[in-house]
Amino acid sequence: MQLTDLSAAILEIDGLRKSFGDAEVLKGVDLSVSAEELVFVIGPSGSGKSTLLRCCNRLEDASGGTIRFDGSDITAPGVDVNELRRHVGMVFQSFNLYPHLSALANVTLALQKAAGQSKDEAKERGRAALDRVGLLEKADAYPGELSGGQQQRVAIARALALEPRILLMDEPTSALDPELVGSVLNVIRELKASGMTMVVVSHEMQFAREAADRVVFIDHGEIVEEGHPDKIFGAPEQDRTRAFLQRILKA
Amino acid sequence: MIDSFFNPQIMRQVLPSIIDGMLITVALSILVILSGTALGLGLATVRTLQNKPVNLLIIFVVDVFRAIPPLVILIVAFFALPYVGIQLSGFVVAWLCLSLVLAAFCEEIFWASILSVHKGQWEAARSTGFTFLQTLRYVVLPQAMRLALPPLTNRAIAIGKSTALASVVAVPEILNQATSAQAQFANSTPLTLAALAYLAIFIPLVVLSRRIESRFMWKH
Repeated sequence: MQLTDLSAAILEIDGLRKSFGDAEVLKGVDLSVSAEELVFVIGPSGSGKSTLLRCCNRLEDASGGTIRFDGSDITAPGVDVNELRRHVGMVFQSFNLYPHLSALANVTLALQKAAGQSKDEAKERGRAALDRVGLLEKADAYPGELSGGQQQRVAIARALALEPRILLMDEPTSALDPELVGSVLNVIRELKASGMTMVVVSHEMQFAREAADRVVFIDHGEIVEEGHPDKIFGAPEQDRTRAFLQRILKA
Repeated sequence: MIDSFFNPQIMRQVLPSIIDGMLITVALSILVILSGTALGLGLATVRTLQNKPVNLLIIFVVDVFRAIPPLVILIVAFFALPYVGIQLSGFVVAWLCLSLVLAAFCEEIFWASILSVHKGQWEAARSTGFTFLQTLRYVVLPQAMRLALPPLTNRAIAIGKSTALASVVAVPEILNQATSAQAQFANSTPLTLAALAYLAIFIPLVVLSRRIESRFMWKH
């Protein structure tokens, strides 16, 4: 049996910069994510959290710095972004399920058309992925027939089915009614238990505290502070972190 | 009145040629609808690639073909093409001209529908490893098509009826047959027959389009 090297970084972000016109959204971010780690990224809106995630699967192109995924620089010219994206899963705040397809077809579409699997193979994998998020019985339902929480779980299944090395989640519970948040967090918890590497942008502080391996606080395009959740939430060192947490926890 | 519009004897005599005309009208309509929508979809697809000079050209051509009355395009093409050494039958000229007109309208319909598909759909699909064109084909166009369908069917019916214009370039479709017969018999009954022939062709199409539209509504 091959042992997973837990210290090996899957994602190594080095001096990442991103500007939109004159606005510099990321001002040199360094972040390393190891295998099986669950990293929570927190910070005020407009701080660059989403942009950071979106640079990691090249939905946005970095303006400077490097991002290494499994050791190779994905910001380099000539990188096959479509190949990359099959290994770097992405989950969106607004789910973005395909409304014209059933839950199962949402999951299997990329397996068949992008990963080139046969229909049967894709269906088998798709059903397994839906089962993993507890929605196998909704395989034939259309997104419009599902609750927000169920839609997000299908979206997670869609990303999981491609068997990514890392899963990026951009505020996966922000668009959900409070009573539906738990179901999605449970899925994240189970993924964590099964060894999935994840970077999650979220404001679910309670969940971060209990489940995350590391919390990263970003403000104005730079990492202000990072560390174990107990440290970030219990004894933050930076004033900006303290101020942000106070604002968030009061709300 | 009854004698000049509903003369049964003339009806009987003219009916065969009206039926011949119907076949041509149907054939021309089908050809125009197929090539016009295909070309419109092709142009809209090219437009998504966002090449500025190409897009400006598409917009210009599309606007021109939407602005000029189809009858004018048809007559100009029919009488001008021989001067540049192109000899085409009236049928082919009508097919090409009406296809271009339909394509211009379809391009705009497809383009607007593609734009109205949410940006998140593109991002979600691209994030699973789809290329731009795969995303367009498997995710965006199926959704855009549902939005485009009602205006598309309206356009298809309109252009089908416009095949009557081909009568001026001597295509023996319904109207052309009817007006020849009208001159021959000095009686307007063939025109009545022509109107009935158009109804026979396009009423089912109108009903069918309504059914297609309701079938393609979202499942909620």
